[in-house]
Amino acid sequence: MSEDQKIITEVTESDYKWGFISDIESDQAPKGLNEEVIRFISLKKKEPSWLLEWRLKAYRHWLTMEEPTWPNVHYPKIDFNDIIYYSAPKAKPVLNSLDELDPEIKATFDKLGISLEEQKRLSGVAVDAVIDSVSVKTTFREALGELGIIFCSFSEAVQEHPELVKQYIGSVVPSTDNYYAALNSAVFSDGSFCYIPKGVRCPMELSTYFRINSAGTGQFERTLIVAEEGAYVSYLEGCTAPMRDENQLHAAVVEIYAHQDAQVKYSTVQNWYPGDKEGKGGIYNFVTKRGLCYGKHSKISWTQVETGSAITWKYPSVILKGDHSIGEFYSVAVTNNFQQADTGTKMIHLGKNTRSTIISKGISGGKSQNSYRGLVRISRKADQARNFSQCDSLLLGDKCGAHTFPYLEVNNKTAIVEHEATTSKVGEDQIFYCNQRGISTEDAVGLIVNGYCKEVFNQLPMEFAVEAQKLLAISLEGSVG
Amino acid sequence: MLEIKNLQARVEEKQILNGINLIVKPGEVHAIMGPNGSGKSTLASVLAGREEYEVTGGEVLFKGQDLLEMSPEDRARKGLFLAFQYPVEIPGVTNANFLKTALNEIRKANGLPSLDSKEFLQLMKEKMKLVEMDKAMTQRSVNEGFSGGEKKRNEVFQMAMLEPALAVLDETDSGLDIDALRIVANGVNALRNKERSFVVITHYQRLLDYIVPDYVHVLYKGRIVKSGTKELALELEEKGYDWIKEENGVHI
Repeated sequence: MSEDQKIITEVTESDYKWGFISDIESDQAPKGLNEEVIRFISLKKKEPSWLLEWRLKAYRHWLTMEEPTWPNVHYPKIDFNDIIYYSAPKAKPVLNSLDELDPEIKATFDKLGISLEEQKRLSGVAVDAVIDSVSVKTTFREALGELGIIFCSFSEAVQEHPELVKQYIGSVVPSTDNYYAALNSAVFSDGSFCYIPKGVRCPMELSTYFRINSAGTGQFERTLIVAEEGAYVSYLEGCTAPMRDENQLHAAVVEIYAHQDAQVKYSTVQNWYPGDKEGKGGIYNFVTKRGLCYGKHSKISWTQVETGSAITWKYPSVILKGDHSIGEFYSVAVTNNFQQADTGTKMIHLGKNTRSTIISKGISGGKSQNSYRGLVRISRKADQARNFSQCDSLLLGDKCGAHTFPYLEVNNKTAIVEHEATTSKVGEDQIFYCNQRGISTEDAVGLIVNGYCKEVFNQLPMEFAVEAQKLLAISLEGSVG
Repeated sequence: MLEIKNLQARVEEKQILNGINLIVKPGEVHAIMGPNGSGKSTLASVLAGREEYEVTGGEVLFKGQDLLEMSPEDRARKGLFLAFQYPVEIPGVTNANFLKTALNEIRKANGLPSLDSKEFLQLMKEKMKLVEMDKAMTQRSVNEGFSGGEKKRNEVFQMAMLEPALAVLDETDSGLDIDALRIVANGVNALRNKERSFVVITHYQRLLDYIVPDYVHVLYKGRIVKSGTKELALELEEKGYDWIKEENGVHI
């Protein structure tokens, strides 16, 4: 191994810094999956009967489905009866202020560096935090309420706004959509709900923080965002999970519904535990995220920075139904050690003059495998549809892999579809150039990789961009000998 | 400042430097000339610590310390600067961000506090004048899409910002038109002082009309075969390198 390769290996094999386990009492469902467990969850959450029926229908359909094998990822078969599907921290039922929050939960947030108080005071970000399955605290609810904005946990939305939940749940991702979406629909325990009324521009970034805590639990959260005509919202999602030997399943669903002239910007920084250097443990992140640009001139943007999880299987997509609607996907996916990522997007053009942009940056180090998989479909009626895709891969070292699977289906002659792809390596020349200016190899790799991701980071809200840069630096950190 | 004793080095299996001896004192400018393939750029790379170049013998002292023992970044932090013959592009990293990182690393290593953004911008503004550089260049990605002349000018700008004790200029004149050459040379001359030393590697005498050296050395087949003052450069310009080859060729 040459000196540079050795350095790159060291730089890319860093340890996970968020691997601590919180000792919070939790209220769990028995292990395993059957209709009884689903009834237990529904009962726990005091759900109306239509929702229980909806869950059961999803479960019965799921039983008929096969686990997908087409992604370019490999893992042992999951035993779905060896998972605890519901785990709620025992907190006081109603919280009026942050002071009432379980001190352990608060300490967890402090360790994550997202102290609610800090966020509340300094950044003006409204946070809906989800530990395991139940949303524990929503801040800024009142201020938002004055504008008619609803931002609460999914369970609360079921209780307080059942008509909205009933109208929109499954409208973008049907309960039978795919294997993991069906599983989520059957057992989802909580998540976030966000509703922006007509003509309202949400004055602050809305944020949720997900964290998988109890051992052996899957996290099945569900997020639903509805933007009425002319509404605007920027939504942030951050994720971490403690270090554990066994693999934990995370199968979430996110649905976004945008009416005419509405704009939704959804940003994710995902840092689930990726497993150790030998590939043991880590999160299986099988997520369905989809937005529907239902109305004319609506716009949905996905921006994601994916640094964690043992396996990531995720394709935030946009269905461009309304004429002149716009879909965007900006992604940075970093894989290290034995991580596997199969991620990308789907842009489905149905309306006229619809436009989509895809910018994907994959970075692979260690022995990881990083795949971009993207579908651009231009339907027969989508006159003048346009798509631009750019998929870049950066390799650190020579034992990792980068793959690109672009699918283009163009059924309309007036469409313009462009696809660009590049693969490059962090050059020894670049590192030496930095060294010669006094910059260490570790910092040089960080600098070069951050530069490479700039187009995507520019899409993130300011405070998230800073966090993403730090995360990237940490994922690539290591001691240089 | 710099003391090179019997330095030998190779790339892969090819021996290129065959015993170089050179002493550069503070404030001196030494020009190293020589035909293609004589080892000029190898010398620059070995001094900067490029990994592919293996030192097979000899010794180099920089400010009295063993240079060859130091990592490339430590050499830079101690004040050795190499102006690259082929400056490298770093997409997405602005020149300003790159230089701020570099400058603060060097300052940290020397026990100096980091410059804040305001101080850094002030310093940049001052140094940009030296190479007649446009402000927009500092916000462009490092060397990306720069013309040949812009890249070389950017190297001299970086040198001005980092204020090294010893600057090695590796064919900084190559690919420059006469105006760019003048700008680059003026930048270098503005940085000359009693403390700072330069090793100017060039193929042509032309650069030395602008950067007047104290000494000129001729490198041939990995050895310094002739040393003199600036008149030697003129003689080379007039007669070419053939007479050097004839004088030395048979012996090696």
